[in-house]
Amino acid sequence: MGRACETKEPFMSAPRVNVLQVRTPEGVSFSFRLASPVLRLAALIIDLAAVAAAWSVIATILSIFQLISKDLVGLVTAVGYFVLSEGYSIFTEWRWRGQTIGKRLLRLRVVDEGGLRLTFAQVVLRNLLRFVDVLPFAYLVGGLTAVLTRRGQRLGDLAAGTLVIWEPAEALPNLSAWQGEKYNSLRTHGAVVARLRQAVSPAEARAAWQALARREELEPDARVRLFAELAGHFRALTPMPPEAVDGISDEQFMRNVVDVLYLSRS
Amino acid sequence: MIVNLDHFIAEEKPHWERLDAVLRRLAADPYRRLPIEEARELERLYQRAAADLARIATFTAEPEVRRRLEHLVARGHAEIHGAHAEGGRRFRPLEWFTRTLPQTWRRQARAFWFAFALMVAGSGFGGLAITFDPPSKAALMPFPHLRESPTERVAREMRDRGRQLSDGKANFSGMLMTHNTRVTLTAMALGMTAGIGTLILMFSNGVMLGAVALDYIMDGQTTFLLGWLLPHGVVELPAMLVGGQAGFVLAGALLGRGRREHLAARMRAAAPDVVTLCFGAALMLVWAGIVEAFLSQYHEPVIPYAAKIAFGAVEFAALVWFAGWAGRAKRKSRS
Repeated sequence: MGRACETKEPFMSAPRVNVLQVRTPEGVSFSFRLASPVLRLAALIIDLAAVAAAWSVIATILSIFQLISKDLVGLVTAVGYFVLSEGYSIFTEWRWRGQTIGKRLLRLRVVDEGGLRLTFAQVVLRNLLRFVDVLPFAYLVGGLTAVLTRRGQRLGDLAAGTLVIWEPAEALPNLSAWQGEKYNSLRTHGAVVARLRQAVSPAEARAAWQALARREELEPDARVRLFAELAGHFRALTPMPPEAVDGISDEQFMRNVVDVLYLSRS
Repeated sequence: MIVNLDHFIAEEKPHWERLDAVLRRLAADPYRRLPIEEARELERLYQRAAADLARIATFTAEPEVRRRLEHLVARGHAEIHGAHAEGGRRFRPLEWFTRTLPQTWRRQARAFWFAFALMVAGSGFGGLAITFDPPSKAALMPFPHLRESPTERVAREMRDRGRQLSDGKANFSGMLMTHNTRVTLTAMALGMTAGIGTLILMFSNGVMLGAVALDYIMDGQTTFLLGWLLPHGVVELPAMLVGGQAGFVLAGALLGRGRREHLAARMRAAAPDVVTLCFGAALMLVWAGIVEAFLSQYHEPVIPYAAKIAFGAVEFAALVWFAGWAGRAKRKSRS
């Protein structure tokens, strides 16, 4: 079984965490990004709207049957609404691996806190506990517990041992953007490249990469300032011959740096 | 050092995509069981992705690749290590009803008897209150029709002959089912208040029951009371108690007195029992709702009290047999 790192005191203690680390028996750890209460509230509202919409359709159909037996329709209405409103999240979370319509749209998911597969009992329990989480009104108990517990769990999550996580879409970085680079002034200086690779930490390399990947999103002024700062930092790491750095813009210099850091061409 | 990221991604990407596809297919059907070759492939791909993650975590802090891999490994981990949780077995309603439910009830019987003791204590309190402080009746009775004197009610019911419900029985039954299920599930959910909420709910229900019962008995309407309450009460009250039982099982796991597992493990172990008891209670309440609407509200002369009491007794005997003996392993057939 995988073990979550923070299983000791799930109740109110220390600061909230946004990321939950799980260590697998293989020795690999991975992390879940916890969903914020605001996102969860938004998903809940979508779900309530979905239930209301589904019920309005069913109620319209049922009203036709009132011509046959008003009494029986009353029974079906009472039981049907109860089953739909309580069973909706149970059914969807069970069939769709921890997602309801609202959670799907907002990329949220219910997961086991140890990183295991959700069991049916967990799904039922976390949803039945809504009976207390909604008390005394407007999810006050559940909302407060979610805000106060470290991992944002409402009572239902605590009882069932579940978490709600946020899974933003992850795209692989597009490396082809750098593949076609015609000429890189640093490439011709093998010693500089070697020294750079040695001196640059992974975090620095990532910062440079991210700056380039998002350069189109920046304001022109900010873009110039950011690359000036980065280029200054990277130039200071190792002495460079003037012909490798003169006459190229800060941004072009950073492109060259990232190119030699990430792509080794012989 | 930084690994050559484009080579790494180009080399590993097909394996990640394959793993993603296998996991997707598994997620599409919760009951799907993997054939042996596919299971081996899943394991191999999962281990490869885990190794890739370990590599990328050490050498570069590339967030996108890392998150994507983490996500894959997390899903693979859940499938591989969580697979035994339910054994891929399809849910069998009959087996659940005839074996799992009664066995679970017996396994957690202590919590049931605790709820029962609370309700009895509550009834004692309610009975005493109505005996020594008759004006408290208005506060103790749950429904307005119980505030009139029992003798008046019996006379009215005999005049009405159950007409007040003649065209609303099913509707009434549906309302009873959902209302009672809501209360019972709340009793379960209140277990998360360390059992205090469940305790209060069980006791206060006992108070109402005791007050009503003694009110009728003192007014000399014992037969009416039995005929009115027994047919549905012998199922409805135990169902409430089963809800309380589930709440106390939950509270027991939460408090974990004298147990060494940590909280998450205790909750995980208790969850299936709590859920089974909840479904059991809901089932009982459906039955009780039908009986209450279609039988309990008819009094003499429509249905003789003796018949109603006998019906209640038969139900009670069946329930006791079910709880105590259903689903027990047959010793003789084993030899």
